[in-house]
Amino acid sequence: MNCIVCVTSVPDTASVIKIGADGNQIDEGGIKWILSPHDEYALEEALKITEAQGGEVTVVTYGPARAEAVLRDCLARGAHQAVHVIGGEETLGDSFKIAQTLAAILKDREYGLILVGVQSVGTDNSQVGQMLAELLDLPHVAGITSLEVGEGTLNASREVEGGKEIYESPLPALLTCQKGLNEPRYAALKGIMAAKRKPVEKIEPSDIGIDEGAGAAYRLRSLSLPPEKGEGTLLQGEDDPAGAAGNLVKLLREEAKAI
Amino acid sequence: MDFYLDEQQQMVQDMVRSFAEERIRPGATERDRTGEFPEDIFREMAELGLLGMTVPEAYGGAEMDLLSYLLAVQELAKIDASVAVGMTVSNSVCCWPIVTFGTEEQKAEFLPQLASGEVLGGFMLTEPHAGSDAGSLTTRYRDGGDYWVLDGSKAWVTNGVVGRYFICLATADPALGPKGISAFILDGEQEGVVFNKPEDKMGLRSSKTCMVALEGAVVPKSALLGGEGQGLKIALATLDHSRLGIAAQSVGIAEAALEEALRYARDRKQFGKAIIEHQAIAFRLADMDTEIEAARSLLQRAVWAAGRPGRHSRESAMAKLYASEMCNRVVAHAIQIHGGYGFSSEYTIERLFRDARVVTIYEGTSEVQRMVIARSLSERAKVI
Repeated sequence: MNCIVCVTSVPDTASVIKIGADGNQIDEGGIKWILSPHDEYALEEALKITEAQGGEVTVVTYGPARAEAVLRDCLARGAHQAVHVIGGEETLGDSFKIAQTLAAILKDREYGLILVGVQSVGTDNSQVGQMLAELLDLPHVAGITSLEVGEGTLNASREVEGGKEIYESPLPALLTCQKGLNEPRYAALKGIMAAKRKPVEKIEPSDIGIDEGAGAAYRLRSLSLPPEKGEGTLLQGEDDPAGAAGNLVKLLREEAKAI
Repeated sequence: MDFYLDEQQQMVQDMVRSFAEERIRPGATERDRTGEFPEDIFREMAELGLLGMTVPEAYGGAEMDLLSYLLAVQELAKIDASVAVGMTVSNSVCCWPIVTFGTEEQKAEFLPQLASGEVLGGFMLTEPHAGSDAGSLTTRYRDGGDYWVLDGSKAWVTNGVVGRYFICLATADPALGPKGISAFILDGEQEGVVFNKPEDKMGLRSSKTCMVALEGAVVPKSALLGGEGQGLKIALATLDHSRLGIAAQSVGIAEAALEEALRYARDRKQFGKAIIEHQAIAFRLADMDTEIEAARSLLQRAVWAAGRPGRHSRESAMAKLYASEMCNRVVAHAIQIHGGYGFSSEYTIERLFRDARVVTIYEGTSEVQRMVIARSLSERAKVI
């Protein structure tokens, strides 16, 4: 069964994020881009399925030229080929635009399963997978943590508050993948060598009828960083513990508004 | 000239960095305490291809360039220098001489086993009474008809006990001097090869290093590496190569020490501010960073020289000398920045200080590196 994995590049989770000059984008200077960690679960699951049942894994991304490094990473881990729709310069892209672009690429392809990370680390909208399923008219289960694929059908489960939901779905289907689903592999050196020889199909959005400038579903107005952590306050209470406790309660109530 | 890594080198560095961080770091402190050799980590490294990095694909290796290999060593050493040394020894002093000097049959027999990580390799040059003066070794070999027979003792054999194949240097007759020395691919499981209990070392505690007694150890005729009398030449060429691995290991340990020092200096407050904001500490950190960068540049320069025709003894010796001495200066500075806490085994820097100590000693002491460099200067002095 052929699997398609939609991936995205995100700032390395160890990066220091700064806000760009326009105030509604991050400053990309000095950022290292990596495969979004949730996409690693999607890719690993696709590799396991095709290793067990045959078929090929195609990874797809919609992103600027730098996103190719993420596709190479996927190819090095074992994906067979990659498709790169070059565009989406806006780092914090519009989920619906991304889903529309991916749908335009995937609508005529042959697949049994589309796997997507549950969310891209950083923007964390958790929307692209579901939107893509709707646009392609596919059944979908979000945030799965286990999967079994049978003949024309699949069983998947997802964690919910205090329990677990178990789904059965016909194929083809779309699943968004969550931590706990599997243990993603590293790219072995042989895979890194092989990745150089694997094909990356490059597509301009206009080739598939996408007008990047039109029809945004939302506009991001501004970004702000969380306030810096302040200095701690130390209450001296050796001479008067009861008084210090009283001060603590007062501060928690009036300053921190925590109680 | 540029110092960018190409796509492949970048991918190797990223992969080994994640692997080391996620799989090797968690047990590093514990292994330092127990001295337990991490078989499971070596098995994983084998699956990733890290145990035959520069071996040609035809023999099951990853066929990577030298810089990719050294980047991997550096990333491993940054997290656990014991793991890094086991990996470089198998790659640099066992696989490399077989790739470079082996016959087609020897390559086909030994390299796939080593590159797949099914077995580890090592090197037997040093003896209890022949260290820096390697040419004075006394382990004897004789022609036993259908095979060679080796007698003597070897010291400081890294991957002893845990490894299988060793490039072993022996002489037909010590009176012949360097011309009498030959190199053999010795099977450690062969009768007559007796590994002593691993040494109780100051650092690199989970790497296994042993004395070995050779008591009529048998080597097949087909396992003579190069011709008879080629041994010292093979050993010296191998060291020119392997010293780059130790230079990379030194850079890795020093980087780890700098990061530990930065973290501590950022969090520790004295006289009302973080100590990183005191100029005495900040300048020390600046010197550490500069020295690491200088060592890295010298190493890259030596990698470039290694890719050119001819010997690169001088460049390798310089990279190893500078990087290993730099590493010891940097870890000492990092301890000083930690103050009393650096003296406690609660902090990683204490392990780094012990692990770093051997890099100016093994694969040729700093004094031997200076001899190699001075020899090239003597040649130069003749023509100026």
